[in-house]
Formats: sequence, structure tokens, C-alpha cells
Amino acid sequence: MNLVFNFPAFTVLISLLCSGIGFAINDKRKARVLSTCLFCACFVMNLCTLIYCVKNGPFTYMMGHYPAPWGNEIRAGVGEALIACFFNVIIALCVNGGYSELLNDVDERKIKLYFVMVNLINASLMALVYTNDIFTGYVFIEICTIASAGILMIHEIGRTMLAATRYMIFSLLGSGLFLIGVILLYDITGHLLMPNILEAVGTLWASGEYHLPLLVVICLISMGIAIKSGMFPFHFWMPDTYGVATPSSSGILSGIISKGYIFLLIKIIFRCFGTDVFYASGINDVLFVCGVCGMIFGSIDAIKENNINRMTAFSSAAQIGYIYMGIGLSPTLGVTAAVFHILTHAVTKPLLFLANGKLALASGREKKFLGLRGAGLRNRVAGVAFTFGALSMVGIPGFMGFISKLLFAQAAVGGSLHMAVTIIALAVSTILNTMYFLRTVITLFTAEGWDNPGNVRVFIRQQPGFAVAAICFMAINVVIGMHSQPIITLIERGLAAL
Amino acid sequence: MLGENLMINYEEAVGMILFSIGFCMLLFHRNLIKKIMGLNIMDTGVFLFLTSMGYIEDRVAPIVTDPSVAATTEQYINPIPSGLVLTGIVVSVSFTGLMLGLTIRLYQRYRTLNLDEIYYKAREEHK
Repeated sequence: MNLVFNFPAFTVLISLLCSGIGFAINDKRKARVLSTCLFCACFVMNLCTLIYCVKNGPFTYMMGHYPAPWGNEIRAGVGEALIACFFNVIIALCVNGGYSELLNDVDERKIKLYFVMVNLINASLMALVYTNDIFTGYVFIEICTIASAGILMIHEIGRTMLAATRYMIFSLLGSGLFLIGVILLYDITGHLLMPNILEAVGTLWASGEYHLPLLVVICLISMGIAIKSGMFPFHFWMPDTYGVATPSSSGILSGIISKGYIFLLIKIIFRCFGTDVFYASGINDVLFVCGVCGMIFGSIDAIKENNINRMTAFSSAAQIGYIYMGIGLSPTLGVTAAVFHILTHAVTKPLLFLANGKLALASGREKKFLGLRGAGLRNRVAGVAFTFGALSMVGIPGFMGFISKLLFAQAAVGGSLHMAVTIIALAVSTILNTMYFLRTVITLFTAEGWDNPGNVRVFIRQQPGFAVAAICFMAINVVIGMHSQPIITLIERGLAAL
Repeated sequence: MLGENLMINYEEAVGMILFSIGFCMLLFHRNLIKKIMGLNIMDTGVFLFLTSMGYIEDRVAPIVTDPSVAATTEQYINPIPSGLVLTGIVVSVSFTGLMLGLTIRLYQRYRTLNLDEIYYKAREEHK
């Protein structure tokens, strides 16, 4: 058996192992090094898996060589390995880029616990991406939720604890719907393994048996994940959650955790329901409409905000709308655009949150626009990083955001009503994005208010971790923005083989 | 027809009713302890649904008590839903513990369990 077959399982297992070891480490620096090494090791293994899958196609791996239902199964393909590689890079950059804020925000004795939680998040994300068993997906969704609440409330102020409580409540509502959907699916089909479910669902749908229960199942699972990932109209917990957390946590929560859930939904659509059944059920139209509304209303909410972190959080709600719009559009081009936008948002949003943290630090911890005037001049790296992220989100050519929007527009061509709605929504959303991001960039580079008390000048040598993370995020954004075709080809191959 | 089906599958029907009650409590109640109670009722509904799904009348749990008698699958109930219930209970207990911990911290800080009041006080605190 090829060694590469073990790698997806190893990424989950070593992440869990490192979480356990993390408790025994008393030194915060060692905990940070352990986590960074873990992310690097996972990245290398995922890269090897990606290369193997590109050459030889996808494979399934039975844990302990026991077939289901006694054992558990993992499935790795080009799509899974690509997403997993991105997640590893982004989580590593988030943790290291926001480390100095972490030292300020978190009690020193608890910093090692932060890394334990981050390792757990990595384990659950790897499991969500690679699992071939829908109930394992549920278990790791819950582990991810607990660890996410952990990285949120570790910044022990009243508002973070309140935000963690609200986050938990909405996550639990989403998980409850997802769980009951999974159990109904098991009740109807008698399977938990994705290929077996796909076969049974196809037979049932063709025979017309259990038509209504199947529709209910598709609705429950989609809505469960939609609530957890913050799709409109379930997005109102996002600004409180992302707005008050420490920058690393905001970056991880908005950049990759919600995307892990969405990728699981895509996998369930392709590998459990089948695209024919899902796109005939009409639930895709519900996702499409919610996505379009999210794009518009998320941006309007962002325009109304006067706090940079909350504005970025509302912008996340709008970007999640783009992804759901793509999923609702079509199973080929639409989902390809959605997966590409998952990568775009995962690369851009952590950069914005990390930059927000640094800009606020240069303005006496002020996050309101009035206090942030000239912050981009006081901390030039953060100012440039925010501008880069903003340009990408707006969709300026040369950045990943432009390619996303181009792919969405291409996906819409062909469907008459969908095309009109998508193109109009893209145009309106782009104008709204430009309004709030341009306003922020102008505020950051306005020399007025330079002499406010609490303002400090921050140089690149004072923030090496952030500078490296920001440069990496910007480089990934521009390189993929300029040469997007290889990534799009990989996504298309991954989806075709799902 | 509908009534007949409900009578045959009454455990599942009760499970779904419990799930709905718990879901509404978790969503609409302002009191944090009642929200946690709702979470547990919701999970209990799911577990009842799962257990009744795996149960087959006149059969026993898949544990071999007499090794001299050859075991056949016709003797036993479906063990997979029971295994899923165990996993679900572990998840539910973890969430209950975490939510209770958070509730204690919020109560110590704001002296109330009402989520609206906590939200109002937290906003006032950071004005």
C-alpha cells in the first residue's frame, strides 16, 4: 500500500495528538512552535496527497482496514487535498501573524490552551474535508464548534463571552438541524457512508418513494450548515463574534471555519444527494436567493457600520452570500466559482482582520473610523495590507477577488433568470463593496487626526510576525490572481471526481 | 392514513415533538439556563428517534451471553443507532458543560441570566 494513502488520516491524528501534547507544555513559545510545525507537517502531507491525486486520481482509505460500518472511511481527491493545503497555510499565517495581539489579549497562563484549541480546529477541518462518512462529519463539526468557541472566549472580556454564547447558541441550532437531517437520511437509506447513501438516494428519487422525506432531509442539512456558516438571514451573530475576538481568532473563524462547513455541504451535495437530485429539489434556488440577499444586505450593513472590525465582519456575510449564490447557480461552473471564492475569501479576510488589529493598535486600540484616521500612515505595513485585501474584495483585476467575480458571471451565463439576477447582484454588490472599502482606505490614509492621544507609529521591525504573514497573504493573492488557471483546473478536476 | 402512521411510529413522533420543543426553547428563550435545558431536550428527542429506529421488537442487544449457542443476526437489534446515540451523548454533555461554564462566567459578571439584559449591560460597559 502506498504511504500517501495514510497521509489524510495522519493529518487528523497528529493534530489530535498535538492537542493532547499541548496541555503538557507549559511554555507558550514551545506551544507556538509545536502548532507551527504541525501545520507545516500537515501542509506537506496534504501537498503530497494533492500531487498523488493529480497523477493517479482519488482514493479511499479504510481506518484500521475495517470496512464500514465497523471502520471509518476517508476519501481524498484533488479538491479535498487542495482545500486542506490552503487551510493549513492560512491557519499557520493567522496564528503567527496575530501572535503579538494574542499576548496582549490573552492571560499568559492560557496562551498554551489557545494553541491546543487551534490544533483541534486543524484536526476537525482536516476531518471535515476528508471524511467519507456523514456522521463523522457531524462529530467533527461539533469538535470544531467547541474549539471555535474556545478561541473566541479565551479573550476574557464580557463582550467576547457574550459573543461566544451567541455563537454557541446559533451553532447548536445549526448542528441540531444537521444532526436530525443526517439521522432521517440514515432512516431512509440505511447508510452513513457517502457512496452508499448516494446510490440509495438515486434509487429512491428515481422510484418516487420517500420523496417528501428526502426533500426535508436536503432542506435540514442545507439549513443546518447555512446557519453555522452565517448565510443570510442567519448572519447577525457574525459582527459580534468576529468584531470582538482577538485578530487571529477572527481570521480563523471568518477565513476557514465557516469555509470548512461549506466545503462539507458541497461534498454532501456531490457525494450523498447527487447533483441531479439536489438541483431538482429546488433547495438550490433557496440557497441562491439567500446568497443574493446576503450579498446586498451584508454590504448595506457594512456601509452603516462605524467600527472597522464589525464592518469587515458584515463584509464576510456578503462574501458568504457569493459562495451560496454559486452553489445555487449550477453544479459545474457555479460550484467551481463558489470553491474558488472560498479560497479567495480564506486568503483575504484573515489579512483584513490581522491588519485591523494592527491599525487599531497604532490608534490607541480605537476601532471606530474617527479614531483610525491616518492609521495607515502610522502603521504602513498594516495600511498596505488592508488596501490589498480591500482591492481583492472589491474585485480589481490582478487579485483573486476579480477571478471569483469573473467565474460567477461566467457561471450565470446560460440560465436566463439566474443570469439577470446574478449579473445585477454582482454589479450592485461590487458598487457597495467599493463604497465601504474605499471609504475605509481613504480614512486610513488621511493625515488628519495624526496628533490624537494614544496614536503611535509602528515600524516593520516591531511586528515581524505580522509583516511576514501579511506579505505571504498578499503574495498568494496576487500570484493566484495573476495565474488562476491552474487552481481553477484543479478545482474542476476535484469536483468532477467527487 | 397519517394517524395510523403516527400510531405505528409513535416513538419517532414523540422524538420529533421533543426536538421541536427543544429547538424553540434554544431559539426563543431569553434565560440562559432554559436555553441549555432546551438544548438537552432537543438532543434527547434526537436520541429517542435514533434508538427507536434501531430497535426491533422481540430482539435483544447484540451481546453474546451463551458462547455455546451459535449467534445469528436475527436475534439482535441494529447496534449502529445505539453507537451513534453514545457518540451523540458525549457531544451533548460536552456542549452542556461548556454552555454552563459560560453561563456561570456571564452571571458572575452581569448578575443576570437574561440574555437581553446581558447584551444591554455589555453594550453599556463598552460605551
